Formats: sequence, structure tokens, C-alpha cells
Amino acid sequence: MTPPEINSPGYEIPAEIRNQVNITTLDRVYNWSRKNSLWPMMFGLACCAIEMICTAASRYDFSRFGMEVMRPSPRQADVMIVSGTVTKKMVPQIVRLYNQMPEPKYVIAMGACASGGGPFKEGYNVVSGIDKFIPVDVYIPGCPPTPQALLNGLITLQKKVETESIKSARWYGRRPIQPIPIPVLGPDLMDPRKYGEIRELARQKAEAEAQAAAEAAAPAGEPEAG
Amino acid sequence: MTEQTQTTYTPDLAARFPEWVTPDSRPGFSGYLVQREHLLDFCKTLRDDLGYDLLSSVTGVDYLPEGKLEVVYHALQTVGGPMLVFKVQVPRDEAVVPSVVSIWPGAEFQEREAWDLLGIRFEGHPDLRRILMWEGFEGHPLRKDWKEPYFEEEVKPYKSRWPDGQVERIEDRMPLQDNVQYPAGFDPESWTPDGDESLYRGLRKLLEDSGSELKTDRLIVNLGPQHPSTHGVFRMVAVLDGETIVDLKPVMGYLHRNHEKIGERCSWLQNMPFTDRLDYISSMSNNFGYALAVEKLMGITPPERAEYIRVIMAELTRIISHLISIGFLLNDLGAFFTPVLYAFEERELILDIFEAVSGSRMMCNYFRFGGVARDFPEGTLEKLRELIYERLPRKIDELDRYLTRNEIVQTRCEGVGVITAEQAISLSTTGPILRASGVPYDIRRADPYSIYDRFEFDVAVRYHGDVYDRYLLRLDEIRQSIRILKQALKDIPEGPVISGKPQWQVRVPAGESYGRVEGPKGELGFYVVSNGKANPWRYHVRAPSFINLTALAPMARGGKIADVVVILGSIDIVLGEVDR
Amino acid sequence: MNGFGVIRGLAVTFRHFIETYLEDIRAGRKRYHTPEGIAQRTSSKVTGAFTIQYPEEKMPVPEEFRYIPFLVYDEGENGAKDYRCTSCGICAKVCPPQCIWIVRTNDPVTGKPIPAPAEFYIDVDICMNCGLCAEYCPFDAIKMDHDYEIASFDRFKEHIYNKEKLGKSAAYYASIRPTNNAREVAAREAKAAKKAAV
Repeated sequence: MTPPEINSPGYEIPAEIRNQVNITTLDRVYNWSRKNSLWPMMFGLACCAIEMICTAASRYDFSRFGMEVMRPSPRQADVMIVSGTVTKKMVPQIVRLYNQMPEPKYVIAMGACASGGGPFKEGYNVVSGIDKFIPVDVYIPGCPPTPQALLNGLITLQKKVETESIKSARWYGRRPIQPIPIPVLGPDLMDPRKYGEIRELARQKAEAEAQAAAEAAAPAGEPEAG
Repeated sequence: MTEQTQTTYTPDLAARFPEWVTPDSRPGFSGYLVQREHLLDFCKTLRDDLGYDLLSSVTGVDYLPEGKLEVVYHALQTVGGPMLVFKVQVPRDEAVVPSVVSIWPGAEFQEREAWDLLGIRFEGHPDLRRILMWEGFEGHPLRKDWKEPYFEEEVKPYKSRWPDGQVERIEDRMPLQDNVQYPAGFDPESWTPDGDESLYRGLRKLLEDSGSELKTDRLIVNLGPQHPSTHGVFRMVAVLDGETIVDLKPVMGYLHRNHEKIGERCSWLQNMPFTDRLDYISSMSNNFGYALAVEKLMGITPPERAEYIRVIMAELTRIISHLISIGFLLNDLGAFFTPVLYAFEERELILDIFEAVSGSRMMCNYFRFGGVARDFPEGTLEKLRELIYERLPRKIDELDRYLTRNEIVQTRCEGVGVITAEQAISLSTTGPILRASGVPYDIRRADPYSIYDRFEFDVAVRYHGDVYDRYLLRLDEIRQSIRILKQALKDIPEGPVISGKPQWQVRVPAGESYGRVEGPKGELGFYVVSNGKANPWRYHVRAPSFINLTALAPMARGGKIADVVVILGSIDIVLGEVDR
Repeated sequence: MNGFGVIRGLAVTFRHFIETYLEDIRAGRKRYHTPEGIAQRTSSKVTGAFTIQYPEEKMPVPEEFRYIPFLVYDEGENGAKDYRCTSCGICAKVCPPQCIWIVRTNDPVTGKPIPAPAEFYIDVDICMNCGLCAEYCPFDAIKMDHDYEIASFDRFKEHIYNKEKLGKSAAYYASIRPTNNAREVAAREAKAAKKAAV
């Protein structure tokens, strides 16, 4: 049986061969086959990971979408479901895992924490959304998103895959795709892309502190001078 | 109250050690203040002469206005009875306290945590490194004068929310559009990251002396933080001699979500949904512990029906947690997914009830101070009866038949990861780990809370202390939980589910309180300090998974690398609770 | 006997496998894609496969189910939205992660606040779906929604919900939470009657 969406309209197919021949575009076949075998990475971060496991378990069962093969190794995965709070201590590993995934790769930010920091956003060890470091394709709000909400997100991702074209795909581009620089754990999290800004910021802070110290010292110094 | 707890001997320590301790006489506080110089002697006496063999919790409190840091210890007797709390006060600028690891090895991780978050240095600690944050992080975050980059105000609610809500994403007003801050004059180019150097330094010593006649190379192997066996973002660093584990160090903090710092800013009620996210598999029992701690301070008790509902929810949670634990243990053994799927089938049915009652499958946020949020909707009790009288017992028997006598399970689990009763006590383990080693310590019996003294149940206990016994013990506990549930369902009265009117601002008198429940993973304790204001001054979680992990290295030493995965599975950690 | 335990375990899995087919045959066509079928598969009597085949069929959510909050408005004349919210600010104060921003309306003449929100924002990337705002709202104005199908491609444009996006009609509220709504309507009427009597 041919799924209806793969059959490309616009061409007149003679009635006698209508059941034997499908005319389609390469893009559609390509996208159709990719979207039905999106293998997620077995990668749980926090609470949402349990809902992700529930989605994989019998009641919701995302193998119905060709996603049953959860791969613990990034080398064999297509989708990274960032399922939970991204902490500063963990983000270097997440970026590294993302870099290790082969193209085409997709990222789903599952839940409020992965999307934008979530309820723990104000915390000192929490990254305000994984999209600060890696590009995200689909955001699923909720804390935690129920399994059906995650399935809805996965279907949304499939819709995104459908719209892509083999001609403009970045992974067939001439130039190799540069990996994302891995953040460094310093006195706080440091993005290597922002070293200049960090230095500038620290310099400003030092100046402000020096000025404040000078101001604090000035009134104390006055009586002595007088 | 049972006979046992009433007759427990609680000595008057201030009279006994007049030069070492003074009673803590601040209003609302209890216990003793111990002088720093005499701490070790005092602890030794407590353990050896007075029977306080298990040190349950060590934490610190920053009393900024008084310029003091306080280390708070909670010790208990494994024969049962209330806890003993004692404290050591030190000046903030010279925060050094002798380490009690030599007396209670279970204090190791907790002292490291207090060093990491509060900057209390423990003299004589064998391996005092940061535990939740990374080495090199600037500052000790739980100190009251330490401010995070996204700091808005000391306490919630923030003024910018109402009446003129200045809506923005907070990162938009940060200089780097991110949650970061750096010390003045810092240069990132000149920074050399620690890169776990301090962690490996301790382990490298072990690499050198293999000691055997056969010349073997020892090596360091990292498992995690992204590893399918670690149940989340947990990491183990093992020193291997061949396949044998010489030593192992757990590394955590990859899910450190600053629960306590946020908790000190939230109002009392606002913390309730945050507790859901500690041990996210058993949110109801987290609610329970926190509600108990705050109710103790407020001096209120919930109405009868609410007590029954609480017990029903807590026991259902225990069943869920143990089912998952058993399922994933089998997963770790290599029985990939079938047992987990069977466990999840039952879990889904229980979660349906949670969802119908509380509104959410996992993050129930159901308990309130003085009761629960709402009564059972119509039809819930019938559903529960069907589940508890018919389905669950049948399914637990099926699970038993399916796994228990399986020879592969037996060979892989029996005699693996053994710890003795003495070790289990000294390492401060609680819950299934402790009981599987032959110590019948269950808070529901030893220091009954809520209405547990009304139910008939046995404290499950097994004696070998290996992985297999921990598995069997969890099965036993599920059966006991079903027994409690049957009684609770039979006796549940009609009536209100919350005492007084539901309030979003509660008045909590000044004082300290430690509420503890027998969570599915062990003793879940909430240590809260109130100064009479709308939010806690200190909010600390004694997380059972975190402290049970102290036993991981002793269990794994001498075993094979493949067994570590199983041992970790049998400890049953949840990273939300380990890292908080 | 060695090996017997393994065989016995396999018998359990085999039974599960057979039951899947038996149950499908026994229940026939109405097992899938019908409300009775879903109810049967989610009850505690279920045997065999119990997968809910989302998106073709959806697991009905219970009345108390909560996801993102929404603002209830009563429909006035000409489709005017009469928000129940009085911008009292309790929800913003009780919200644990502080994800609610309310702008109170001030009377343009007197400058005094009037009980209606000029704007109301919720950042769903912070919201923890705890339901405290709905629980403590004294005017039944903010409630927890049942709609979970809100995945999006861009959070920066879409994830701070404003008053327009948060608003849903009272009829919608009554449809997702009939029991709660009936109780609240009765309570409001009783209050109004009491007020009238005084």
C-alpha cells in the first residue's frame, strides 16, 4: 500500500497503470523514508526522561512512528530529545553528544526546562534553554509534557522533515559542517564563542569595583586630610 | 505512638556532658549545641555508648545576621525512636569543623556537599572536593550573601510581576544574554579548566601498585554521564585491574538544579510543587515529607480523611517506585525492556489515578499544609479497589513468577554487591538497602508519622545484603504496601480533606523542624528553619538516593565492572534527588 | 532443576504474547478507535495490547488534568470578551517559578486601579503546570487547560502567551471541567443570593 502523501500530483498517470506506478519527487521519497525512521537518542536528563520512557513504553508506544530504536550512542541517532533541565555542568557533554551525531540530525526541546530554563531557570547551575548552544527544531511546552504531548511534538518534527529539500540540505553542502564549540567550565560556564565579551565584562566589573572601592575610601580619607 | 518509641531512652546530654554541650535554647529550636573542639569525642560517645549508630543527615545553615555558620547533625538509633539533633556553630569567616567521617563514614558525601554549597571546611575529611558543582566554580552558592546572575529579589513574590508586570525574558537584560557571571578582571584565555584533575589525582595513586605478581596495567574507566545504565546523568569513575574494580568514585551534580537555593526564596507553599521534582518518580512521598516538616512547625494536623488519602497516595507511590526499580534492575542485567514494560503497564494504571486525583501524572503537587488539595473525584475509590484487590496482587505474583527463580537473574544477583548490616548502618544507608542487609529499620514503624501506627504490616527485611535480596525486599514491600492499602481503603472515613480554609500564605512560627518519611528509596527528610517570615530561612532535603550512593563504592570494590551496573540499579537512585 | 526458572519466565512472556491476539479477537473491531475500546484498554481489567494509538485516538484526560493555564472570559454582546480576571495579583504572587506578569489597568481619569488586567502574560517556558494559580484564584478567572498539543517551531515568538492567547471562553471551560464548573457556578449563585438577601 502506498501512503497517499508520497504520490505526487501534477502528472497525468494513465488509468491502466495507476496502480502500478507512482510518480513522485525525489524529495518526497527522501523525506518520507527519513521521517518514518527517526531514531531518538536514549538520553535522559531529568523528570521529562521518565515521560519519554513512558512514551516508548507500551501504552503510547512510539515505535508506531518508526522510532522504537532508541540508541544510546549518538553515532546512530537522528533525534536528540533534550528531556529535562540542562545544567551548566552537563551542557559540555550535551554539546559534545550533539557534535557526535551524524547529519541529518534534529533536536527536540522537551518540556519547559529544555526550552527556556523552566521552573529552575533562576538557579545558578541552570542553562536558560538548550537553544543557547545547539539549534532546536521543535519545542514542546509543559512540565513535564505528557506522553501524548511528546508524541505530538514528534509528529510536529515529522512535519518539519517533510518540508525539507534534498537540494538545500545543509549536510550535502560543499563545505563541511563545523562542530559547535564545546563550552568550558570556568568560574562559571564559558562559551568559547564569547571569550571576548567575557573578558570585556570582567574588565568592566573590575573597573566598577575599583571605582566603588575608591569611593568608599574617599570619605574615610577626608578626615585624615583635614 | 507505639510502645517502643515511648520507652526509647532519650538521655539528657547537657547534664551528662556539661563542658561539651549546651542545650539549644533558641525559641522553636531543639537539640544541643556542641563545642567544636569536643565534637569528635561527643560523636564517639553518642555512637559507642548511647547507640546512635546511624548518622542520618549533615547539613549547614548560614545565619548571616549573627555571622555564624551552623552544621546540623541528625543521628538516630536503628532500634527505633526519635532523632537526636546536635549542632556546631562556627564563625562565618573561619568555617572549619572536624569531620565525622572517621566515626560515621556515611557523612562523607554530605560533608562534601556542605563544603561545596556553604563553604564549611571539614578537617580530616579524606576527599574534600566539590560534589555538586565543578571544581573551580566561583563561590559557595548557599551562603546568604552569594547572589546568582539571575538574582532579582531576596524573596518571592517579585515586585516586577504585579501590578505593572514588566514582562521580559530575564536573560535579555543580562550582558551576555545568559545565566553567567565572572569574577572581576577574569580572563578566559588564561583559564585552565580543572578537567577532573583533582578527581583523578586521588585515583592515580591506585594505578601504581597493582601488587600482584602478574604484571598488569590498571586503568581508569569513566561510565557516564551519558550511559544507558546510569539512570540519568550520573557518572562513575572506576579504577580497573583487568575487569575487577579496585576503586570507584561516583561523580554527581549533572542535574544540580539549585533546589535549596530556590527553596529559600520561595514561600512555604511555593516549595510544594518543587518537591515533586526531587524524586520525580515518587512525587507524592516528597510532598508528604515536606508537608510533615512544615506542619510540625505550624502545629497543625490534617483531618482524618486527609490522613488516609495521604497514606494511600504514599503507598501507591512506593509501589510505582519499586516496580520501576525492579524493571530497570532487570534492564541493567540485560533483559532489555520486557520487564520494564510490564512494570510500566501497572504504573500507567496507578498514574491514571494520580492524574484523576491531582491533575498530573508525575508532578502531583497534591499535598497542602493541613491536608490535601482536593478530595478524590467520584469513582476513584472504586477504581482503586479494583486495582488493589484484584489486579496488583495478581500482577505482582506474575512478576514474581517471571523473575524470581530465573537462574540468570539469580546467578547475576546473588552474592553481588554485598554490604553487611554494620557497613550499611555506618554508611548511613536507609530504606531498602538497609533492610536488605538485615536491619529492620522502617520509619513507619520506628518513628511512626501520620497514621501508620494504625495499620498492620510487617517491616520487610532480608539478610544477605546483596542485589538479589534488595530485589526480593522490594517485592516484599510492594506486597506490604498492598496490605496497608487494603486496610486504608476499608477504613477511610468521610469528611473534610483540609483543616481550615485553604490558604496561599501560611504563617509559620520561627523555629526548626525535621520532617521525615519512609520514602520508597529510604529516609526522606526535610530540614526547614523558619524565622517567622513568609519563606524558609533554610530548606534542606536529606535525599535518600544521594546518601545511599555512599555505599556504592564499598559494594562495587572487588567486583567485576559488569556488576557495577547491576549494583547501581539495585541502589535505585533518581538523579533529581541525588543532585537536587 | 536448572533452567526451569527461565522457562517459567518465558511462559509468562508467551502468555502475554498470546493474550494480545486473543483479546483482539474477543473484543473485535470495537477495540480500537472507539470510546468504549479506549475505556476498556485503560481500565484495570485490560489484558493484551493496551496501546493508545495517538493521534488517531486520544486518551481522554481526566477533569482535573492540568497543563498551561488560561484566562476565562464570559462572552458579552457582539463577541466582546469579558475577562473574569480582576488583576488582584494573587496568581502572580502564588506562582512558584514566577512566570505570570500582570499589568493592572488604571482609570485614565482618576488614575485609580480598576479591576481588569490591561495585560496578562505567562511565559510557558517557565510555567511548571502546578495549578496553584487556578487553585487560589478567588474569581474563577484563571484555570488549567487540557490542551497539550502545543508543540511549536519557535519559542521566541510564541512562548510568552499574552492575554489574547490565554483567553478562552467560559463555555470552553464548562466543557472541559463540567463538575468543577457546576460547583463554582452554584457557589457564585449562592454568594450572589446571600448578598441580595443582605
